[in-house]
Amino acid sequence: MKQVELAVVGAGPAGLSAAVTAARLGCEVALIDDNDRLGGQLIKQTHKFFGEKSHYCGTRGMDIAGILLEQLKETNVRVMSGTSVVGLFAGNVLGLADATSFQKLAAKSLIIATGAAENNLAFPGNDLPGVYGAGAVQTLANVFGIRPGNDALMVGSGNIGIIVSYQLLQAGVRVKAVVEALPRVGGYHVHAAKLVRLGVPILTSHTVLEALGDEYVTGARIAKVDASFKPIKGTTRTLAVDTICLAVGLTPLSELLWQAGCRMVYVPELGGHVAWHDENMRTSVPGVYIAGDVSGVEEASTAMLEGRVAGAHAAVQVLGPSPEARQVITESQAELCAIRKGPFGDKAACGKARLAECAPARA
Amino acid sequence: MRSSTAPDPRIANHPILRFERGTPVEFYFEGRKLVGLSGETVAAALIANSVKVFRHTEKLHRPRGFFCAVGKCSSCLMVVDGRPNTMVCMEPLRPGMKVERQEGTGRLP
Repeated sequence: MKQVELAVVGAGPAGLSAAVTAARLGCEVALIDDNDRLGGQLIKQTHKFFGEKSHYCGTRGMDIAGILLEQLKETNVRVMSGTSVVGLFAGNVLGLADATSFQKLAAKSLIIATGAAENNLAFPGNDLPGVYGAGAVQTLANVFGIRPGNDALMVGSGNIGIIVSYQLLQAGVRVKAVVEALPRVGGYHVHAAKLVRLGVPILTSHTVLEALGDEYVTGARIAKVDASFKPIKGTTRTLAVDTICLAVGLTPLSELLWQAGCRMVYVPELGGHVAWHDENMRTSVPGVYIAGDVSGVEEASTAMLEGRVAGAHAAVQVLGPSPEARQVITESQAELCAIRKGPFGDKAACGKARLAECAPARA
Repeated sequence: MRSSTAPDPRIANHPILRFERGTPVEFYFEGRKLVGLSGETVAAALIANSVKVFRHTEKLHRPRGFFCAVGKCSSCLMVVDGRPNTMVCMEPLRPGMKVERQEGTGRLP
């Protein structure tokens, strides 16, 4: 069986940062991703990031992917793209499958950075073609240059919902409305304001009741909801749309962590079940680290910092302590702390605090 | 299928993106010749040809299509070159590929 010092699963912002950090510290790293193209969801993000200069503020997500991939090129990380990790077995052995073969890879340390997948929402017709994840539509429009349809309804006004609505307009799709069940817009005001200026109604206290159509979406019924999210009679109306985009949250992709026997904790603020982890991104299973959305749905900026912490700490575990690793860890932890004290960081901070209360007895 | 008056799903002009389009790739959907571009996934090429229904479910025969685009939700399973349960949102388009709607769970070749 092939062996490696550190295997990183997932080459999005967290996994790329982890692999580069560990490799720079002298660790032998294999980076595995099921896509042919690395970068995870950064490659479709045409919006500019907020925050500090050190967190790529003002840079578009797709350009951040380019920067991380340049950094990767300068290392000797072994890249295994187009390869799915289909199992995590005892002794930190990964099962790897590509188009034609299956092989096993044993790793001294593992960093699971598999990200998260978009949630569906329960309503009649939610399985019809034309009901798509908002992020999936963002991939179609921004990576492949293909419109999913001509007229869209966006469900959810968090950052993904309003940013993708704006990007759909840029792609030439008419966005008929954004519906938001809560009485207020969830995402950044500047993004929402751009949509409103372009004439897209953001309907707060509204929800989608039903997707219409036999073979694919031909319309959507929406209604106003009361304080307990029940539709209000007499407020129902039908929108002629061929696309309904769901931006109703993400769930961590934790399958490998369940299989590894990690202690799993349900934390709604983090998107569902997440593997318990400490401030060094260690799970309850020795040698298994996590980073990014799989450790709690947050942002690409925090995913990159978590990746650096995990990468440096995993390198220490393999190679022994070094002042360089210590510096990466303390600096990145301090930056994470600062971001989570910011205006949109309290949800994640609260979730991570709740997780800390669930530490296994031996930790 | 797209009528001749409906707009082309491929974006011609974008305010901030310049798409590096691949070269034309011929493939077959339900026996009919369609053209996608190299670098596209099968799902992207189908949507560019205005094909939305990728399969029908086992019990209720409900139509299903694209959903997550990250190879996780299993909504887009199709029969590709005879191989059922292929996630076409992850499957790169290749010349001459035979893509068929999957009925139910599909049959192993």
